[in-house]
Amino acid sequence: MNHDAYDDTYIRSILNSVKTIAMVGASPVNVRPSYFAFKYLAERGYDMIPVNPGHVGKSLVGKPFVASLKDIGRPIDMIDIFRNSSHIMPVVDEALTLSPLPKVIWMQLGARDDAAAAKAEAAGLKVVMNRCPKIEYGRLSSEISWMGVNSRTLSSKRAPMPTHGQRLSLNRMSVGGGSTLAADRAAKDKLDPA
Amino acid sequence: MTDNSPGFATLAIHAGAQPDPTTGARTTPIYQTTSFVFNDADHAASLFGLQAFGNIYTRIGNPTNAVLEERVAALEGGTAALAVASGHAAQVVVLQQLLKPGDEFVAARKLYGGSINQFTHAFKSFGWNVAWADPDEPETFERAVTPRTKAIFIESIANPSGSITDIEAVAAVARKAGVPLIVDNTLASPYLIRPIEHGADIVVHSLTKFLAGHGNSLGGIIVDAGTFDWSKDGKYPMLSEPRPEYHGIKLQETFGNFAFAIACRVLGLRDLGPALSPFNAFMILTGIETLPLRMQKHCENSKAIAEWLSTHPAVAAVNYAGLANNKYNQLARKYAPKGAGAVFTFSLKGGYDAGVNLVSKLKLFSHLANVGDTRSLVIHPASTTHSQLDDAAKTKAGAGPDIVRLSIGIEDKEDLIADLDQAMS
Repeated sequence: MNHDAYDDTYIRSILNSVKTIAMVGASPVNVRPSYFAFKYLAERGYDMIPVNPGHVGKSLVGKPFVASLKDIGRPIDMIDIFRNSSHIMPVVDEALTLSPLPKVIWMQLGARDDAAAAKAEAAGLKVVMNRCPKIEYGRLSSEISWMGVNSRTLSSKRAPMPTHGQRLSLNRMSVGGGSTLAADRAAKDKLDPA
Repeated sequence: MTDNSPGFATLAIHAGAQPDPTTGARTTPIYQTTSFVFNDADHAASLFGLQAFGNIYTRIGNPTNAVLEERVAALEGGTAALAVASGHAAQVVVLQQLLKPGDEFVAARKLYGGSINQFTHAFKSFGWNVAWADPDEPETFERAVTPRTKAIFIESIANPSGSITDIEAVAAVARKAGVPLIVDNTLASPYLIRPIEHGADIVVHSLTKFLAGHGNSLGGIIVDAGTFDWSKDGKYPMLSEPRPEYHGIKLQETFGNFAFAIACRVLGLRDLGPALSPFNAFMILTGIETLPLRMQKHCENSKAIAEWLSTHPAVAAVNYAGLANNKYNQLARKYAPKGAGAVFTFSLKGGYDAGVNLVSKLKLFSHLANVGDTRSLVIHPASTTHSQLDDAAKTKAGAGPDIVRLSIGIEDKEDLIADLDQAMS
């Protein structure tokens, strides 16, 4: 798996197949990126579980916090890690003790740990690094285009009808569109200065 | 076409646009509305808090404008864009995100006269101080950088002189200084030059010119390359610090590599107000569909006319970078191999009076203050666009008293040459 650039089909297949997502490092503070992403994904029908030992007893958009992955007590499809690169490995190690195993490890924008990724992939999990599932959902549904963002997709098919008013779904046929090679290169240089 | 790399002409037609979900309309509809209904109070709060993507009010965003934004972002290879009312508005909005009163930016001396005025006078009243550098000598940018410098600004092809800037050399200065490089790519359009590929962090356009192409609609746009790390040293608090306008959100942390475009929208456009009319966005989108074809013809005509002018006995000099003997020809071959653009100047042996006489006798060329139209245009910069500069500054800007500027259209070149010939005889 090339973790510098993912095919849209890979990202789309993950976002179309997972249902239960545990977000490690979720924050109840409503201006934090993890809060934005958690709320957005919950509104799109994902079964979201906030994981953060510092906030047990509170809830995030109605979902109670748990202290660790082990405390969830039911199968999880995807673990979305909102932690710095240096804190990824212990989360992956814990994820690999779960039964059944989760299907996907997703590391947030700015987070990348190739060794942790290799370990998860060796156990049969899919891995995404340095991406935000909210941005990827918005991009592939073309919802993010409302903010003038280059979705890097093109489509000549009638767009799916928005659900719940302005929300668009992932049910959209597209091909590759305008690339953002300079930004991709800058992201790589930042995470791997060598 | 491979799945991941459609060509430029395909993007010019398709990027950002998709058949309308409700009606199946294939052309992008003009969403001529000020505002958009919310699903419920929670949805409204999510939109206002930047937690959801969606439409609120046309001063902040509009679906027609959004298609234009995504299209230009795709053509430039940027992560996102923001359309505004004019090229001048784009410049105000960009610098508002980067500079505080007392800060500085370094700008090329060879710029559109309106930009020189805006930087010198209007921005001075905001406390944004410009330092000038010579785009023909990239080291002058480095000398002009101080600890208060927050950005460097150049034009890819300079107006009116048609000279080509060594973008990579200036980008190296910007990287060393730790500031973003802003490139005004109006005269090249992304068909001829894609500045992001050469190190630009932000690209701005007057859409009014070649992108729209028909001289019927004003517009401007800001493209975020997604390349600059706004949070590395605290110099750009609009992007790196909690914003009181949005209850403490940090924009780069939240929006990643398109945070600058979002800042321009939610801190610039929202609060300064220079929104683009959706009708203009529609006109500009229609123009962009034919950008590749038009630019080919603009460049073909320009080269033929520049060559013809350089053999004319009344002409003292032709400043077109597409001519083999031009000072900028090597840079043109590197940065704009498909053509050196369609705006250039020439001088007449008869000086100022001959220039004024030529302008008055032309029958097909229109005498007006615009460039990048389907129609061929002519102007005498010294008495119009650059009239507020003194003679020395006019000459430094490439707009000396003997200079005539042409913007070559896409008419038959034989008719344009015949018009110039009769006007010079």
